Amino acid sequence: MKREEIKVSVLRVGGTNCDAETKRAFEELGVQAEILHANELVRRGNLLEYHVLVFPGGFSYGDYVRAGAIWAKWIMAKLGEELKAFVNENRFTLGICNGFQVLVEAGFLPGFDGVSPYPEAVLATNFPPGYNCRWIHLKHENRGKCAFTWKIPHGKVLRLPVAHSEGRFMFAKEKEKEFLKRLCDNDQLVFRYCDRNGEYAEGRFPTNPNGSFYDIAGICNPEGNIFGLMPHPERAFYWWQQPDWTRQKQMLQYGDGKLIFESIIEYLVEKF
Amino acid sequence: MSISLYIRRKTFPLFEVNVLGASDQQLLEISRELGVGLNLQEMNRVQEFFRRKGRNPTDVELQTIGQTWSEHCFHKTFKGVIKFDGEEIDSLFRTYIAKATNDLKPRWCFSIFEDNAGIIRFDKSYGVAVKVETHNHPSAVEPFGGAATGVGGVIRDVLGVWADPIACMDVLGFGPLNFDYEKLPPGVKHPKYVYMGVVAGIGSYGNNMGIPTVNGAIYFDESYVGNVVVYCGCVGLLPLKKFRRNAKPEDIIVLAGGRTGCDGIHGVTFASAVLTEKSEEVSRPAVQIANPIEEEKLKRAIIRIRDLELASAITDLGGGGLSSAVGETAKRFGCGAVVELDKVPLKYPGLAPWEIYVSESQERMLLAVPPENLQKVLEVFRSEDVEANAIGKYISDEVLKVYYQGEKVAEIEIPFLFEPPKVVRTAEYKSKVFEEPTFEEPKNLTDTLLQLLASPNIASKESVVRTYDHEVKGNTLLKPLQGESAGPNDAAVLKPLDDSWKGLAISCGMNPNYGKIDTYWMAASAIDEAIRNNVAVGGRRIALLDNFTWGSPEKPEVLSSLVRACKACYDFATAFKTPFISGKDSLYNESPLGTVTPTLLITALGIIPDVRLVVSMDVKEVGDLIYVVGRTYNELGGSEYYRLKGFVGNTVPKVRAKEALKIFKAITRAIDLGLVKACHDLSEGGLGVAAAEMAFAGGYGMELYLQKVPVENLNRNDFVLFSESNSRFLVEVSEKAKEEFEALLRGLAYSEIGKIAKTPSLCVYGLSGDVVVDASLNDLLACWKRTFSSEV
Repeated sequence: MKREEIKVSVLRVGGTNCDAETKRAFEELGVQAEILHANELVRRGNLLEYHVLVFPGGFSYGDYVRAGAIWAKWIMAKLGEELKAFVNENRFTLGICNGFQVLVEAGFLPGFDGVSPYPEAVLATNFPPGYNCRWIHLKHENRGKCAFTWKIPHGKVLRLPVAHSEGRFMFAKEKEKEFLKRLCDNDQLVFRYCDRNGEYAEGRFPTNPNGSFYDIAGICNPEGNIFGLMPHPERAFYWWQQPDWTRQKQMLQYGDGKLIFESIIEYLVEKF
Repeated sequence: MSISLYIRRKTFPLFEVNVLGASDQQLLEISRELGVGLNLQEMNRVQEFFRRKGRNPTDVELQTIGQTWSEHCFHKTFKGVIKFDGEEIDSLFRTYIAKATNDLKPRWCFSIFEDNAGIIRFDKSYGVAVKVETHNHPSAVEPFGGAATGVGGVIRDVLGVWADPIACMDVLGFGPLNFDYEKLPPGVKHPKYVYMGVVAGIGSYGNNMGIPTVNGAIYFDESYVGNVVVYCGCVGLLPLKKFRRNAKPEDIIVLAGGRTGCDGIHGVTFASAVLTEKSEEVSRPAVQIANPIEEEKLKRAIIRIRDLELASAITDLGGGGLSSAVGETAKRFGCGAVVELDKVPLKYPGLAPWEIYVSESQERMLLAVPPENLQKVLEVFRSEDVEANAIGKYISDEVLKVYYQGEKVAEIEIPFLFEPPKVVRTAEYKSKVFEEPTFEEPKNLTDTLLQLLASPNIASKESVVRTYDHEVKGNTLLKPLQGESAGPNDAAVLKPLDDSWKGLAISCGMNPNYGKIDTYWMAASAIDEAIRNNVAVGGRRIALLDNFTWGSPEKPEVLSSLVRACKACYDFATAFKTPFISGKDSLYNESPLGTVTPTLLITALGIIPDVRLVVSMDVKEVGDLIYVVGRTYNELGGSEYYRLKGFVGNTVPKVRAKEALKIFKAITRAIDLGLVKACHDLSEGGLGVAAAEMAFAGGYGMELYLQKVPVENLNRNDFVLFSESNSRFLVEVSEKAKEEFEALLRGLAYSEIGKIAKTPSLCVYGLSGDVVVDASLNDLLACWKRTFSSEV
């Protein structure tokens, strides 16, 4: 498939607010990206025209109950069947921050046995509590399953910003061990919070900014075509978005966030 | 209510108010009972007007007049006459603020003092709109809601000139967080409660709307215990050719956004009154309820309508609700308006017509739409899930007609509505003399520096800043916090356009403590600080905003301090060639604990031609030279150092504009030539604090020699280190750029005062060559971070 043929839909509803910069990141890499109101997608009924579907960051519908829960219920009610078909056709879905919360609430992630009718995990209130906007480090854990990171070397440390108040990834206590094993066995673990040297945070704040179980920052489904993460790759795309660019002697062309967008595009280019 | 004064007119709640037959005393009673806040002179004008009409006003009419003539909406004090020092000042606004801009006549000003936000040119096609609001009164009564709606309101001000909001900034003032509960008068909330609520409210609105909060400050003062200070600012971007302001008769009035309810009734009269013990009970309904997601949707729809060029005018609904938005639009375009109140969608039934007309429910905008575009406009709103309704139209007669259930409930001529009697006030200046402190110079200043770093006005506000999303939209190029240690950058820089390297620098300046001595030099210092913060990162072509928080202008002494601050605004805006482009005043900040310390916030907006040259404040490389630029004077009055010692003092820092302007230009030039590796302005805590911040932000130590600092009339280490003289910078320059840099500064006060050291500590040698400060970066940083590490 040619790069310029790739079509990305960046979805939005009331309260979505990271759509423009997400679209910009895709466009910078030469693919077609379009911001689409979810109402419009329902009206058009053309989801399958797109290769990549993105749930961007924001506060969908105000997140007045658990973050992402309202949009998740909305999307399953209005587009559930189409979305399942989209996933089953091996198209690609990305959830960033609020989008990750939506994918978890909708049962797409971790999706151990396909789309779950109820959430199998949760992105709970941060610990320590409160909204937190800062740059953190992530270690790439995936061994090649995730289409959004397959180009990133295993073990590479990336630097991206987080900005959320509900990002603590958790399983139900009694299933923690079992589910973690499945995540690892299925190669669903994608990013874990670590320090700049790649040492895992082990839950320590602020290296792990939200108290996530096992320092989990991002996971994919068993097939590797649905990926969600709390940090914002679209805010770490250009060199000048990095917090310490004024200290760099040699300007890098891009930030680490680009690796994620590039991976999925190259996946499509090379494998389709 | 006294029956004889009010006659119920209809089956719905509409009252005729017996103004014609009322005595002066009864007029005041009416004003008080209806909560319209009009004084006798104004009530007499109303009486005279309705006598000519030969009928009594309805409550809708009286309320409309009350809202329009309120201090909040009409700025009576700034537009009135002030007798001061033998002269008569006809309008502070025209005489000082607007005059500075008119004298300078910058070509890059696009629309100034015309709408709710000022617009300047950013480049050939784009303009930048900016506005800073005060939301002190609501935040005192309900901190979370007051602050959140303050942010919501200022974002709508920017939307109200067709600009897409791209950044917010917030400057806050609180009482000391450890204020004694025993001393708290009834009705005044504890500073800590106010602090937590206000910070959460601001974060919640900005984050939910997806607008980065990029700049701000938090200041503590005893007088803020009873009068919290909440300044909310917003910057927006608009393609200038899409700017529409040409409403005409027959255009439809479209009300869009949230529904109208009982929240925010009489917000403006409340904001123009003194806070009392009863404010909670009486004024709680005056605070609106925030729903940022509604505004987010509204924003999307409005930007689409702008781009499709479907509407002829727009304004936001803020203070005074519909009554002021409709009236002001009609006035602006020289027409009248017909409004049908039953077309206004309500949150719940049961509102009286006057309540619908003056309610300040949030997240609402008012558009003027040519009839042929109405359906398209409504369709855009519908597609964004935003409610919108045609509620009336503009007409050629300059009269306002309001209907409810087919009955006319108000008819007032527009010119009358905008000609309230001119307020005449008297100002009287009494210069203040504080004890000039005499204390011995401490031998070792390490502890003093550590204490200063931990003092509330200097200590790190990281725990607050991180609760605001400063990265959303992905265009924040220089962030509020710099480096791993989160050092305080002087200004935020945005890169608003994808295909351009042009940047926007946003900074602020505020020095309430100097105002205790003299508001003239306080204003001058705030202007200098805002500008030098902007210059420090590479900003130029600077525009200013003024925001006043003052006490009751009816007190001659308070008023004189306002006049003096305004004079300084004129003097220094013209001297620095930095026009005012917008502003706002909040007066009557009085509580049972007394008058607020006069607090002038100056916001500066600069342009950076190429953001790749932007400079941050953290030191970069061992061996580089450290320069101080600007002279240090014996000016410690109002300084943080004196405060630490328990004094105010009299020697308030002055601004020497001619010298300052040369320094600013030289710094700008040096940045453009790439000679500056780090730059930090010297403000609270002076040289000592600035050096410490630069050092721990960069992770390298410094060795400095006070002997080399250019001073005048100073022979004490502590004064050289902590004086807060204006127009000074600390600059890092590499050895090889030394000559070129010094050539640029020739003739100015500057000196190479030391080096960046490998040892991670700040070492300062005193005037006689001995070590006066020797502190590890870890200790400096720990003290700076400790104060607010767990407040939020």
